[in-house]
Amino acid sequence: MTEPAAPEPVNLADAAVEVLRAGVLTTVQDLGRPGWAHLGVPRSGALDPAALRLANRLVGNPESAAGLEITLTGCDLRPTRATTVAVVGAEADVRVGQRPGDVGRPLAVPAGAVLRIGPARRGVRCWLAVAGGIAVAPVLGSRATDTLAGIGPAPLRDGDLLPLGTPVGPPAPIDLTVPVAPPAELRLAVRLGPRHDWFTPAALDRLLGTAYQVSPLSNRVGARLTGAPLPRAVAGELPSEGLVLGAVQVPADGQPLIFLADHPTTGGYPVIAVLDDVTPLAQARPGTTVRFHGPQR
Amino acid sequence: MRIRPVGAHALLLDFAVAPPEPAALRPAAPGSRTGPAGADLAEPVGAGHTEPARASGADVAVVVEAWRAELWRRRDQGELIATEIVPAATTVLLDGLPDPVTTATRIEAWRPATTSAPGNSGTDLVEVPVVFDGEDLPRVAEHWQVDVPAVVRRLRQTEFRVAFCGFAPGFGYLTGLPAELAVPRLATPRPRVPVGSVGLAGPYAGIYPTASPGGWLLVGRTTLTLFDIHADPPARLSPGIRVRLAPA
Repeated sequence: MTEPAAPEPVNLADAAVEVLRAGVLTTVQDLGRPGWAHLGVPRSGALDPAALRLANRLVGNPESAAGLEITLTGCDLRPTRATTVAVVGAEADVRVGQRPGDVGRPLAVPAGAVLRIGPARRGVRCWLAVAGGIAVAPVLGSRATDTLAGIGPAPLRDGDLLPLGTPVGPPAPIDLTVPVAPPAELRLAVRLGPRHDWFTPAALDRLLGTAYQVSPLSNRVGARLTGAPLPRAVAGELPSEGLVLGAVQVPADGQPLIFLADHPTTGGYPVIAVLDDVTPLAQARPGTTVRFHGPQR
Repeated sequence: MRIRPVGAHALLLDFAVAPPEPAALRPAAPGSRTGPAGADLAEPVGAGHTEPARASGADVAVVVEAWRAELWRRRDQGELIATEIVPAATTVLLDGLPDPVTTATRIEAWRPATTSAPGNSGTDLVEVPVVFDGEDLPRVAEHWQVDVPAVVRRLRQTEFRVAFCGFAPGFGYLTGLPAELAVPRLATPRPRVPVGSVGLAGPYAGIYPTASPGGWLLVGRTTLTLFDIHADPPARLSPGIRVRLAPA
């Protein structure tokens, strides 16, 4: 909740990336800052850490290097020196100068050439790794932008200049990875609890037996769903308790909310179940159908 | 204690006496803050100060603190691997456990070290310089059925302890006031509570580490920085720390 970290002054002669078009929401992300939840600091980090790790491996970075998480509308960037980039995630047009590039492979970008990442055609988010990594100052051990607590660098704005680190390894000798298109319907494994006993048996049947839709109000904090409301068996108020990634919290309206990377550290509504893997939700557009099943399937 | 599984890698140690919980125990978030997702951090708490089971709430806080300290100690000694150990009102969450089933069995056999009574705890004491000029002082006085100077005296004489953090980085829920002095939140939260505001809600006191919306009853303000990303640790108030609201 402190002021966003002031951007370090960047000399144009140093390696940097100039932000020509930031898009609707482009943030610096790495693997987040776990370990501070007892102080009220969320974990944050890439919504799909595996995608960011892959992008980093493709350009020869350590998997923990900071990259960009690009939402829906894409963004345009111009590195000040020749570098290698890789985009992983949503299906989008990628161009280096006038040349078409591909999602999921290392791309050489000459100094001063414009890298254009177009709007996502399918899915929602891309992760961009740049050789050397985005080298903004870390906050509590991470360069991630936390959109809930306001920790880490502010979301990108047009004209920002992001410092780049020193490349440590060669790009991966890979021509193309196989992109996995986001499925039309998500089937997500959940484990009941810790507060499933606060709900009626009918609520558990609905959760596991009916379809929900991703609401347009979803973001990095959580994926809101709409569908059959989940009635409570216990009418009392729940004292706030610690939350985990993937917790399916049920507020007063009975509509489930699945917590993602920027989730608050504590919450005062009962958590009916916890997802095994939240990453498919990073690509789920509003209206996407979600079905839950137990871990045994 | 009841150990509740939480997903594939976490456990919730639940010390509540018997569900459902009375509203008075509920740690109302200091603001009905709406995040980018409109993620509700917590519902505003109702008056709740007439609920009967509050005395046991204070006992639960003591148990939670004892377990929090015990679990942190065991993690420091390498007997417990956990990414997060997060105390709250009546629970302690352990997240990032390599083997939660085995860990749960081991925890069943653990007993927290003898709890230090409030007042002679060996933990750190933070003196927070407070100017008591909050605009809700008369309202608090009305709830407590005393005059405003008596409210201020009471707050200055109370030794608080950080029960847990939440709502915002560095926001500590401070216990120490007797249960019968619990106060309701504002029916309509203020759109902006200034940084450093000291407020009361339910059985807790709290200090806003940054300006935000908030519904706690404001009793004063401090210039002490409560959260600083460059400090180590970044939060002045972390769970277990004793707190006094000293004259500014």
